[in-house]
Amino acid sequence: MIRRTIDRLADRITAPLDGTLVAIVAALMTLGCITLYSAAPGRLPGQIVNLLVAFGLMWIAANLPPQQLMRFAVPVYFGGLALLVAVALFGEVANGARRWLHVGVTRIQPSEIMKIAVPLMLAWYFSRHEAVLKLRDYFVAVVLLLLPVYLIARQPDLGTAVLILAAGFYVIFLAGLSWKILVTLAIAAGASLPLLWSVLHDYQRQRILTLLDPSTDPLGAGYHIIQSTIAVGSGGILGKGWLSGTQAHLEFIPERSTDFIFAVFSEEFGLIGNCVLLMLYTALIMRGLMIAANAPTFFARLLAGAITLTFFTYAFVNMGMVSGILPVVGVPLPLVSYGGTALVTLFVGFGILMSIQKHRKLVNT
Amino acid sequence: MRFTELKNQERETQQFRLRLSVAAGFVLTLFAVLLLRFAWLQIVQHDYYLTKAEDNRISIVPVVPNRGVITDRNGIVLARSYSAYTLEITPSKVDDLEKMINELAEIVDIQVKDRKRFRKMLDESKGFESLPIRNRLSDEEVARFAANRYRFPGVDIRARLFRQYPLGISSSHVLGYIGRINERDLEGIEQAGIAANYRGTDHIGKTGIEQSYERHLHGITGSEQVEVDAGGRAVRVLARTAPVSGNNLALTLDAKLQEVVEKAFGERRGALVAIDPKTGGLLALVSMPGYDPNLFVDGIDTQNWDLLNNSPERPLINRALNGTYPPGSTLKPYLALAALELGKRTQQQTIFDPGYFNFGDHRFRDDKAGGHGTVDMYKSIVVSCDTYYYVLSNDLGIDNISGFLGQFGFGSRTGVDIEGESEGVLPSQEWKRKRFRKPEQQKWYAGETISVGIGQGYNAYTPLQLAEAMAAIANNGVMFRPHLVNYVEDARTGERTQIEPKPVRTLGLKPESLEFIKRAMVGVNKEGTGARAFAGAAYVSAGKTGTAQVIALKQNEKYVESKVKDIHRDHALFIAFAPADEPKIALAVLVENGGFGARSAAPIARLVLDYYLLGKLPPGPAPANEDDAEED
Repeated sequence: MIRRTIDRLADRITAPLDGTLVAIVAALMTLGCITLYSAAPGRLPGQIVNLLVAFGLMWIAANLPPQQLMRFAVPVYFGGLALLVAVALFGEVANGARRWLHVGVTRIQPSEIMKIAVPLMLAWYFSRHEAVLKLRDYFVAVVLLLLPVYLIARQPDLGTAVLILAAGFYVIFLAGLSWKILVTLAIAAGASLPLLWSVLHDYQRQRILTLLDPSTDPLGAGYHIIQSTIAVGSGGILGKGWLSGTQAHLEFIPERSTDFIFAVFSEEFGLIGNCVLLMLYTALIMRGLMIAANAPTFFARLLAGAITLTFFTYAFVNMGMVSGILPVVGVPLPLVSYGGTALVTLFVGFGILMSIQKHRKLVNT
Repeated sequence: MRFTELKNQERETQQFRLRLSVAAGFVLTLFAVLLLRFAWLQIVQHDYYLTKAEDNRISIVPVVPNRGVITDRNGIVLARSYSAYTLEITPSKVDDLEKMINELAEIVDIQVKDRKRFRKMLDESKGFESLPIRNRLSDEEVARFAANRYRFPGVDIRARLFRQYPLGISSSHVLGYIGRINERDLEGIEQAGIAANYRGTDHIGKTGIEQSYERHLHGITGSEQVEVDAGGRAVRVLARTAPVSGNNLALTLDAKLQEVVEKAFGERRGALVAIDPKTGGLLALVSMPGYDPNLFVDGIDTQNWDLLNNSPERPLINRALNGTYPPGSTLKPYLALAALELGKRTQQQTIFDPGYFNFGDHRFRDDKAGGHGTVDMYKSIVVSCDTYYYVLSNDLGIDNISGFLGQFGFGSRTGVDIEGESEGVLPSQEWKRKRFRKPEQQKWYAGETISVGIGQGYNAYTPLQLAEAMAAIANNGVMFRPHLVNYVEDARTGERTQIEPKPVRTLGLKPESLEFIKRAMVGVNKEGTGARAFAGAAYVSAGKTGTAQVIALKQNEKYVESKVKDIHRDHALFIAFAPADEPKIALAVLVENGGFGARSAAPIARLVLDYYLLGKLPPGPAPANEDDAEED
């Protein structure tokens, strides 16, 4: 009797989850915790709490059928936009950027909400006009995308802006915007780079310049890149071994439990570790794309595809930045970096993926 | 309709899947780029980055060696090093220095002079090195700071080696002192190619033995391979090469004798140089007044510096080898020797001294009114008869005089092993040609030779040169380079390297001439101008008094014992060696503005010889024999 109750309960808990996805995420989380223990052992318990909370939220998201999610799209998007405006007006300044908003006792970072809200909104918008997507629809979508991106970029939070821009772009791309226009846009984007340069903040320009030649500023902006590249390179094929990274343990790597945790991982586990990590990320992404491919509705496909590709963007931008081929932007390494907010967003995304996977047949009617 | 919709959906799904495939290809391509980047960094460039990581991690910290100990000939310590704690600030790590120092002052005692010294060092440094704000912290202060360390980033306690001169002011001019390495020292270190050995060292010998034997005293800097974190804090020591302590120096100097000399001088200014004639080893080298070299070790404060530097007594000048003085009558034995050697006089030849010597339209006066009457060479030395030497020098001529005196080292540096020696002036026709520009000044006048003959005129020698020349006679013409270091001792092995006496030259003097001069100088102390000072001496000594004019006084002008006139008084000189038959010590004494040599210089020599030969300690400063004979 009791056993049956437990079994039923277990069924109830595991039913909405996707086994493959959970397995890959668990493997990544384990790697993440092992690395975090080396980088900052004191932060591990906090991270485990973060993971549990995020896991819970994932479970809730996984229980929401996609149609339900569609209903959230508009209110969440516009609510988030309103909060972004509020941040711009009353936000709290920290480290020279206005990113946080005080709400009662706690504070929130509305840009984080937009990481889910923007693809959700765009997917909803496209699915509404599914039958006949005209150029005008794409134009509206671009406006819907650029509004939050602009607000976030001027906080300034270039990392999040880039991620949201990427997420929105993925939706537009998957929705089927013609190649002709895509290529035209790509050329236009290339041509507008000088314009973009002119609106960048000095520190953002510096980051790009520093990337091109870190040695020009070895103690300032270049320090991060120089030290993290040294960590990665000195790791070699086999790595220096867990807890034995000198760059990490002698504190040469800045932000070594958050944005630069990949340097710690790479130094201690070497090229082999990097391959394992890349394989796990690839597996997760491929699973996500498969879910998108099998998704029953246009909305679900777009959302699943965009969430998966955004996850890829996180991973690529972070590892690219740490290994010195991309400028330093504040993007954490998904499932490895310490930090609750990013984890929650990621896990909610996984939850949505799982929900889409579970409901792939039901909606076919 | 339904069919087309389905077909549409089919096509749409196809198109979406195509897009997904493109996206998947995009993902795989970019991950491949990452993988290539990792392979580049971790395989191809691995060695380079590994070296970089090791460079980051490992820092080579110099370990400063112990500076060698300096002792006198009997093992009395003159300079030593000891370890003590300093409180140091790295200015580049501190925002508000003044505020931090004020806060530090609440924990450790920081006085105004400490602040001033720190300011001065700060002005001279570049701000990256740590500078001491307080030296020699007490244990209690160390503990108090340690408890409050967290409040003071950029402030640290360091164990440092300090130099100490236990005898203080005594022997200061010989020892010299060490001081913080300044820009000029640094240039010298770099030029000598020994910069690596001076990493971590912040003091260097500035003057005296400390300077000239710097390379022996410094030692070899060791090193520690230390693992450091990004903040530069040492985490652990990986490897260590021990430093090699500097060599110890044992001087030829007798510290007790130095103290006897200093005591004998009392408040008087002057210099005394005593040499072991058989080796050239310096037994005493005193310049009065001295200074406390300990003041310089931590960087002298401005108040003390002004006091020393602006004092009319000029205590920082080493008179024994830097000061040059006319030798006065102490030159007479050498001129007599010249006459014998060059065949210009015999011992027996006499002159009649009426109390003056007329040359052209100028009358050179003798000290003794009415003259000494009939004077032979022996008497000329014993009573110091000027007229005898007026005539003699005129007969010799200036170039004979300078040629002969030059052999004794007059007018050339002795090559003593500390710096700052003056050359002095041994006048000759050639010297005058080089010295002056105008043709009428370049010409040598015969009358000038006559002044030189009694040790006045252009003559100017260092007390060290006078002592060296005296030693040459005492040692029968065999001359050694005067030196201060007896042996160098390896601090580790204890192996001693003796500084061998360096023969300068052997003067080919006839034994009978030497014998005569010695006999005449013994006569000085027995029955002549030095007799009073040496009355009752338990040994036979040889000497010669001398008085050097500072300015020409008008006839019958009286000395007034006020300070202003004091600096115009004559310098008193005395040269001596003893025991006369087997000389152990040769010396030269100079008392600035001491008046007649017999009166103030000879008594000092007496005390020195009494101590050195008999071990008798002087009761106090040497008496000035006010009523002593004024024939010099």
